Amino acid sequence: MRAFVIAVFAFLYLPIALVVLFSFNAGHHASEFTGFSVQWYGKALANPFLVEALKNSLFIATTSASLAALCGTAAALGLARVSVRTRAVFDALLGAAIVVPGVVIGISTLVALVQLFGVVNPFLASIWPDDQPPRLALGYGSIIAAHGLFSMALVTMIVGTRLGSLDRNLVEASSDLYATPLTTFRSIVLPQILPAVVAGFLLAFTFSFDDFIVAFFVAGAQTTLPIYVFASIRRGVTPEINAIATIVLVASVLLVVLAQWQLRQRKPSN
Amino acid sequence: MHGSRLRKNLLTAMLLGPATAWLVVFLVLPFIAIAVFSVGERAPEGGYQAAFTFAQYANLPARATAFWNTMVLAPVGALACLLVAYPVAYYLALKAPQRWRLILLALVVIPFWTSLLMRTYAWMYVLGGRGIPALLAFVGIEDVRLINTPGAVLLGIVYGYLPLMILPIYVSLERLDRRLLEASADLGATPISTFLGVTLKLSLPGVMTGFSLVMILLLGEYLIPTLLGGGKVFFIGNALVDLFLQSRNWPFGSAIAITLVLVSVVVLIAANRISTRVSGARRVDLI
Repeated sequence: MRAFVIAVFAFLYLPIALVVLFSFNAGHHASEFTGFSVQWYGKALANPFLVEALKNSLFIATTSASLAALCGTAAALGLARVSVRTRAVFDALLGAAIVVPGVVIGISTLVALVQLFGVVNPFLASIWPDDQPPRLALGYGSIIAAHGLFSMALVTMIVGTRLGSLDRNLVEASSDLYATPLTTFRSIVLPQILPAVVAGFLLAFTFSFDDFIVAFFVAGAQTTLPIYVFASIRRGVTPEINAIATIVLVASVLLVVLAQWQLRQRKPSN
Repeated sequence: MHGSRLRKNLLTAMLLGPATAWLVVFLVLPFIAIAVFSVGERAPEGGYQAAFTFAQYANLPARATAFWNTMVLAPVGALACLLVAYPVAYYLALKAPQRWRLILLALVVIPFWTSLLMRTYAWMYVLGGRGIPALLAFVGIEDVRLINTPGAVLLGIVYGYLPLMILPIYVSLERLDRRLLEASADLGATPISTFLGVTLKLSLPGVMTGFSLVMILLLGEYLIPTLLGGGKVFFIGNALVDLFLQSRNWPFGSAIAITLVLVSVVVLIAANRISTRVSGARRVDLI
């Protein structure tokens, strides 16, 4: 059995290791390693389209993860205060946001937004005083919102679980000692849920940064890193993509390790 | 008294407001939109025009290959994942040395949280002309085509979703009361019948969770069939991308999307039913 397990771990990591190895290959050929070089990293970072896509992805991931962390945490706190029935409805919607396939989320958001823009844009044009009315279009906003939907649901669940294991006695003791609700929140509840919020943020960031399929539908004229990589892969495998893949893999691993570490943080001792 | 109650409700509404708005605008309304689209007609220039017809649904067999591939490769892929995942989860939960357990578990989880695009790309690289085929040519086996086959897609599926299968099985095995295993052995059961009667049985909730999670995600898969199937192994996800972004037949695409969601719901409900019947135990929650 041990041999089998070792084989499975090899299976999990060998392809990744090969990509990382060949990203440092001096030669152009993917089948033989002809010497160590970081030239492909240089080439990748000198590619303006790639750098633009990377910047877009960083901006979108940061914004959508922040919004998701904020709204998700608020929702988790709010859900602790509502009736069982309201909660059940909300939980079902959150579950749907997580379970519905990305393709379907992407498509339905595209379809709904295009319809919405079709109504809003002529209206804006008719009421706008000059000839340059603002036009709503697919782009940053639609990617951020579509990514944030899944992430917000995830944050709500993670923070909700943490709230569930919160020591009620501490909260009661705090209000018995005449702390205002805000003080209780700041000094008792927040420190305990903060690791869950941060972990949720980091996971949301990773998801948004890695997502291809949702963005593929709602990106409009914008390009994100996965969209760029996908397009380049279809044009042919190059050592430059190996370099990008390595950067992205290392970045996601770091983020996830950070998220796990945050989740495992002990409660601050008083 | 009344005032403070009002204030409490106001606070609750403020806390839930943004999330509710988000869910309504980007989940509920879009779903209603594609439901409406699915009974409409394709406008001559592409897109949608209003109608009330079930012609799109009647036309579903036109994409039968995509449905067939998905409905075959999703369960087969999930089963293949399970067969590989179970021994690993078993080893991690019951056999691995204590101090190695968390590290090994982290090693299982890390690939899952890294980009599926990059991991699938890695296999494109390995299976493609310059990877294993080049290696085989070196030892004299020429003209082996690995990529762009259903086999490559299956491999990609197992690779992509293996961690998601290992994790819930590990969780249910880890919770297993070890005294039951001792009791079973003390009562004269052979290792095999202990495994079948106790271990396997008690891990079934985890197995069901993993299986249904992988199945659900595979139903909407796009990247793996595209990159490793090379346009020869079409999934429902590929049909959707094609219909919405290339042929711009939005109503037909919507009908397929609605069908996909319905199939996912049926799979989820079936998995829930089976897991409660099989074990009477709660499913293992991952979050």
